[in-house]
Amino acid sequence: MVHTTQPATDLSPAPAARKIQDERLKEVSLLTKIMRRPELGALAGLILVTIFFLSTADPSMFTLAGVMNILSPAAQLGILAIAAALLMIGGEFDLSIGSMVAFTGLVFGAFLTLTGWPLLLAIAGTFVVAAILGGLNGQIVIRTRLPSFIVTLAFLFILRGLSLVGLKWATGGSTQMRGIDAQGESEIVRELFSGSALEGLFAWLAANDLIAKFPNGTPTVTGVPVSILWFIGFALVATWILLRTRAGNWIFASGGDANAARNSGVPVDRVKTGLFMLTACAAALVAILTVLDAGSTDARRGFQKEFEAIIAAVIGGCLLTGGYGSAIGAFFGAIIFGMVSIGLTYTRFDSDWFQVFLGAMLLLAVLFNNFIRRKVTGER
Amino acid sequence: MKSYLTGLVAAAALTVAAIAPAAAQQGSRIIVVTHGQANDPFWSVVKNGVSEAGKDMNVQVDYRAPETFDMVAMSQLIDAAVNQNPAGLVVSIPDASALSASIQKAVAAGIPVISMNSGSDVSKKLGAMLHVGQDEVEAGRIAGAKLKEMGGKVGLCVNQEVGNVSLDLRCQGFTEGFGGKVTVLPVTNDPTDIRAKVKAALAADSSVDTILALGAGTAGEPSVAAVKDAGKTGAVRVATFDMSAGFLKSIATGEAAFAIDQQQFLQGYLPVVFLALNAKYGLMPGGNVPSGPNLITKEKANQVIELSAKGIR
Repeated sequence: MVHTTQPATDLSPAPAARKIQDERLKEVSLLTKIMRRPELGALAGLILVTIFFLSTADPSMFTLAGVMNILSPAAQLGILAIAAALLMIGGEFDLSIGSMVAFTGLVFGAFLTLTGWPLLLAIAGTFVVAAILGGLNGQIVIRTRLPSFIVTLAFLFILRGLSLVGLKWATGGSTQMRGIDAQGESEIVRELFSGSALEGLFAWLAANDLIAKFPNGTPTVTGVPVSILWFIGFALVATWILLRTRAGNWIFASGGDANAARNSGVPVDRVKTGLFMLTACAAALVAILTVLDAGSTDARRGFQKEFEAIIAAVIGGCLLTGGYGSAIGAFFGAIIFGMVSIGLTYTRFDSDWFQVFLGAMLLLAVLFNNFIRRKVTGER
Repeated sequence: MKSYLTGLVAAAALTVAAIAPAAAQQGSRIIVVTHGQANDPFWSVVKNGVSEAGKDMNVQVDYRAPETFDMVAMSQLIDAAVNQNPAGLVVSIPDASALSASIQKAVAAGIPVISMNSGSDVSKKLGAMLHVGQDEVEAGRIAGAKLKEMGGKVGLCVNQEVGNVSLDLRCQGFTEGFGGKVTVLPVTNDPTDIRAKVKAALAADSSVDTILALGAGTAGEPSVAAVKDAGKTGAVRVATFDMSAGFLKSIATGEAAFAIDQQQFLQGYLPVVFLALNAKYGLMPGGNVPSGPNLITKEKANQVIELSAKGIR
């Protein structure tokens, strides 16, 4: 930046009109403000993908049951993607989250079935284990100054391997742990982490013919899966933290320029360690939700989820270099991913083309996103 | 920039138009949801069976599978199928706990369900009309007994789909029928990785004289190659579950012992035929249909090779 030295004669207080000439203080219209948000591109991408499926897919895709069907994978991915987005804004990567889902799923299953802990204790214990592993990831990155890409890649393999070893140890040789059941556990805790919410409302809606029913009278959608509520809640909280709190400013500062942030008194190391713990706990949350939902866990859970989470975060406007991005963008990014991955089954395309489509749609969404962002920010 | 983007959208639209079937005909539609990835040679045979049955019975068929062995994603694919209210649903059940809710939802929706490949033990309980497949423990036991008869004492069970209970059962049956010491070797479904790991296992324990791979194209062929690399062709007998053109050639030349054919073409073909006849005339066989095992030894190998290369056996 060029500093222009003021002439000595001009020491009188600046007239009011001068202040406005400073570009940082220039008033911008609300529309421009909205257009400059990083998540706008993701929203535009979502609209593009929706239009694509509206014109090619079976109409049942956009019924209530169809939308819940799209949101389920989006919710699981989204919880990971929002945490990954915060970490990316903070300037680091975590490639171990997919393996962390498998490992914490095993830990949770073992707590419930082997030690016989009550559900609440098992959940708390799983989060503690995840936080310790996440903290370990963060401390290694900070102390060795190795790229987080490499450190967490190591943990990708370590945790995936430990899941296999642990599963075989816990089950006596099988690679799958079945019969994990939370029945008879504390009602409130179980409701928070498994099944569906608002079941009464949906039953009432079905009884009054407001939503679709199966021939036997049960509604096609019995409620909103709790994972979707966690997903929405997490997106809101993360956005509030990023935009309205000191911690949010610290995250942006740590990712933007760690040195400058340190010099201005931001506890960069603590922020980054905290973010690594957050991604690990997000993985643990997904593990708990899916294990309780499925009643089982296996060595392949969460496979390649780390890449999907990073893709969703990037679609949502996060820069790979850190310092820029949004949680709500990752929210839309995850929905795009869920819509593409489930939506193709509603179309008449041969499934052999699935991955080609997935890749092409994602590329298109990112390109479109990028295009919109450049257009509105005037970036070159 | 703008014209570039327009071009991209146009290209995408053209691709869509090119691949989309000429006309989405109405009428009977049967959806098949399995856990088998499209790039797995075994499952491409199942898919061929599904397509051929669709053509023969003149019904619309859709084959769906998650990109990786992912039970959560598979249950979501079943939900998606149920939403489209097909005339019939065919599913494989590698993890009953994870898939039962979705399958029961299909049954509740009044959709006839047939299970295939894996899940014979839970098929009836979940409300499926019947199961088309092979009893994994029994097939493993038969293979183990045959390998024991051929003189095997120390065995290796190469598992390329860690997490799939059916494959665990195959190893278990093998251990029971074989009688000797059996070690399970977990691998990925990448041939290079399998070849290296089997080679390492052979080097680590020189007493290994028998290898049972749990998939021909995935684990079987690399295992044969690994035995060749180690210079132990003939000394170490290699058998595999399922078949592939390459493995059958190895049987014909004597490099491999035999393949256990579960005739997976039938697992794709028969359920579609049953469901199509059910939709048309209300017909349904009265019990489970065993599609295998059928041991393919040197004598039978040549006649099967041609069909295997065509993706039928």
